[in-house]
Amino acid sequence: MSTAAAVEFDGIGQSFSGVRVLRGVSFTVGASRTLGLVGENGAGKSTLMNILGGNLRSDTGRMILRGQPYAPAHPTDATRAGIGLIHQELNLFSNLTIAENIFLTSFPRARALPWIDQRTLHARTAALLRDVGLELAPDTLVDRLSAGERQLVEIARALSLDARLIIFDEPTTSLSARETGTLFALLRRLQSQGIALIYISHILDHVRQLCHDLVVLRDGAVVAQGPIETFSTPAIVSAMVGRNLTQLYPTRRGAPATEPALEVRGVSQPHIVCDIRFTLRRGEVLGLSGLMGAGRSELARILFGLDPCSRGEILVSGRPLAGANTRRRIERGLAFLTEDRRHEGLCLEASIADNLALASIRSHARTPLKLIDRTGWQRAISTIREAVRLTAKAEDTQPAQTLSGGNQQKVVLGKWLLASPSVLILDEPTRGVDVGAKFELYQLIMDLADRGSGILVISSEIEELIGVCDRILVMSQGEIRGEFSRPEFSSERLLAAALPRESPA
Amino acid sequence: MNATPSALLLTALRHASLVLFVTIIAVFGALAPKFLTADNAINVLIQSTPTGIVAVGMTFVLLTAGVDLSVGAIMFLSAAIAGKMLAAGQPLPLALGAMLATGLGFGAINAFFITRLRIAPFIVTLALLFVGRGLALTITQTRAMNLPDRFLQLGSARVAGVPLPLVVLGAVLLVAHVVLMRTPFGRQIYALGNHPANARKAGIRTQRILATVYLISGLCAALGGILSLAQLGAVSPKFGEAYEFKAIAAAVLGGTSLFGGRGAVFPGTLLGAVLIQSIESGLVILNADPYLYPVITAAVIFLAVLTDSTRHTLLARLNRRRIRQELPT
Repeated sequence: MSTAAAVEFDGIGQSFSGVRVLRGVSFTVGASRTLGLVGENGAGKSTLMNILGGNLRSDTGRMILRGQPYAPAHPTDATRAGIGLIHQELNLFSNLTIAENIFLTSFPRARALPWIDQRTLHARTAALLRDVGLELAPDTLVDRLSAGERQLVEIARALSLDARLIIFDEPTTSLSARETGTLFALLRRLQSQGIALIYISHILDHVRQLCHDLVVLRDGAVVAQGPIETFSTPAIVSAMVGRNLTQLYPTRRGAPATEPALEVRGVSQPHIVCDIRFTLRRGEVLGLSGLMGAGRSELARILFGLDPCSRGEILVSGRPLAGANTRRRIERGLAFLTEDRRHEGLCLEASIADNLALASIRSHARTPLKLIDRTGWQRAISTIREAVRLTAKAEDTQPAQTLSGGNQQKVVLGKWLLASPSVLILDEPTRGVDVGAKFELYQLIMDLADRGSGILVISSEIEELIGVCDRILVMSQGEIRGEFSRPEFSSERLLAAALPRESPA
Repeated sequence: MNATPSALLLTALRHASLVLFVTIIAVFGALAPKFLTADNAINVLIQSTPTGIVAVGMTFVLLTAGVDLSVGAIMFLSAAIAGKMLAAGQPLPLALGAMLATGLGFGAINAFFITRLRIAPFIVTLALLFVGRGLALTITQTRAMNLPDRFLQLGSARVAGVPLPLVVLGAVLLVAHVVLMRTPFGRQIYALGNHPANARKAGIRTQRILATVYLISGLCAALGGILSLAQLGAVSPKFGEAYEFKAIAAAVLGGTSLFGGRGAVFPGTLLGAVLIQSIESGLVILNADPYLYPVITAAVIFLAVLTDSTRHTLLARLNRRRIRQELPT
């Protein structure tokens, strides 16, 4: 090789309170190459990147950066060494402008004066924004940007610091299809400028489109590596989960009953949704498909009583909800697994047990004084942990934020299962969850349906809806535009129904 | 046109403290014409300088989502030390220097416990409140201490025709505003207040910034103590009492968030400090029952915070995503 590798990991090992998260990880990112890093949630990808980015110091092993030994003690060291890290959770400050976010630690100063040279700041930001294809004024507050725009600002920040190696951790999870397209075009441009990339994703198609090389991590160790052409997609998947996954979706055993679980009759809210009508039967898995911004999550929030609805009627098990608030709706058997599990689904700092108990704790307050029956509660917690197959490594008392994405989602699901809902609404239940955990989540959803609950699944992945649903509704512009039963399922039809029509002038 | 009623209401709410300010002035002006004279206005401004300066320091701390409860105690302790030194015949500049050093010293102790030992700012500064007041009471032997006239002259001195306290307040505001808005350090304070963990990850030296804001707060408290002392001329055992709450109230009235990352010293904190002082002097002119002062001040603060939270709810509602275009009905 003529030029030194962008980075070389040599025997990296890391343990957290006795649990080994990384063991002897060694691989190389070649100069100007793009390496795809894949693995299940909790395989150690993020930990490894935190070590590279200077957020963590590895217990063992060493790194070599462009031929030089590299041991960052602080994120600043990584930045200085030309490493840019685009986190899954974006690191921007919503109260500052785009320009301030980009140059936060490297503001241009007026000569020999302590204050910021606003003109240079403005000009340099404008140039960077042009580079990443973002047409916004440098002094726009980040608060006003969409997820995709924020991502581009992060990349602009990495470029401003002359990054020669940029790490992308699940960059597309919160992006629309168009924003993803823009991002990929930019990544290709970065590649052509000789910048090395590490691309972490669960979406193997994307990895295949972008990457030259592949490394698969499992349980903290490298289980496969090599040029991407040498791997078939099933081979990548089986390397990730350590077994042959012949099926992506479990087989549906039960069938919907005839009694309705949830009836929605003409629900409308100005500017949001219009005349929504459908019936979800007991034991049915009903999909809600549509493009981003079609009004699916908004409908779910209305059904759950989080947002107002001006017209229409909602019935649970045949009885109207009639203006009940969210708490009353939970008591009536509604449950809602939100799109944003970290902020809306979990109390991140509370323990796993407390999170699980959240929706059902009142049913354990049995004594006359309404004190909690600890034994019964504890029993319920252990039963549900087993039911959702939560990782055995985690203690009940451990904060929820220490879990990987897939296990966090299992906690949220477990919380609702404990409340034994008759209607469960799931909004993007498998976002950011790896293949193995996805299968388990699907299985749990189907089992719940087989026990007589009605399930409404919102998902942007059409394949996923086709794989798990009995029936699919398609929304667009706040209206239901199509209904498809199993024999009619096809990605093309669903997508055609989801496309917005020309709006009346 | 987008000038819907809620948009108009929002504009009014956005300038809530200004609206409140004008209303208060108008109400007192209507009740007591004397309140609206230029003399009274200048008096109110001068009287608000100690609160204003302490509140500027407090704003720095609040922007990091911290709090400094020790400012009143710092005022008292530094005043007590200066009183003793002047009584012992030490020169005035040395006494003033000692006051500022005391403020910085207490700020440094706060900073040490908060950044090195990672103790919550509320607890650390609450402890120093008691330590400071206790030490000061020991020094003064709980007796009031009169200061020489030289000190009082500071309060009535003029620089180019402008009263010295106003010059000091103006200088502090100018420096603080430029630091917060126009220097890397200032912008990093806002970033830290917005998201401390991300600020660290972005490579900001968060501990250093935290330490610095407590030093600034300590220094501002001592400076506020000097100005207050120059107006009162004596150190009483109640000197500087409840200043922590006056300062927090002024900052919050001026739009600074207790959760960090939002607020400004100019015009926000200045407006807040003057507003609090206006209420007090308005009540004095009206001969109101002194025991009612805190009740009325509290009511105004409550109003300010209420409008702020209304603004947030309204903003959230206005910014809700619109999915479909409704035809006009």
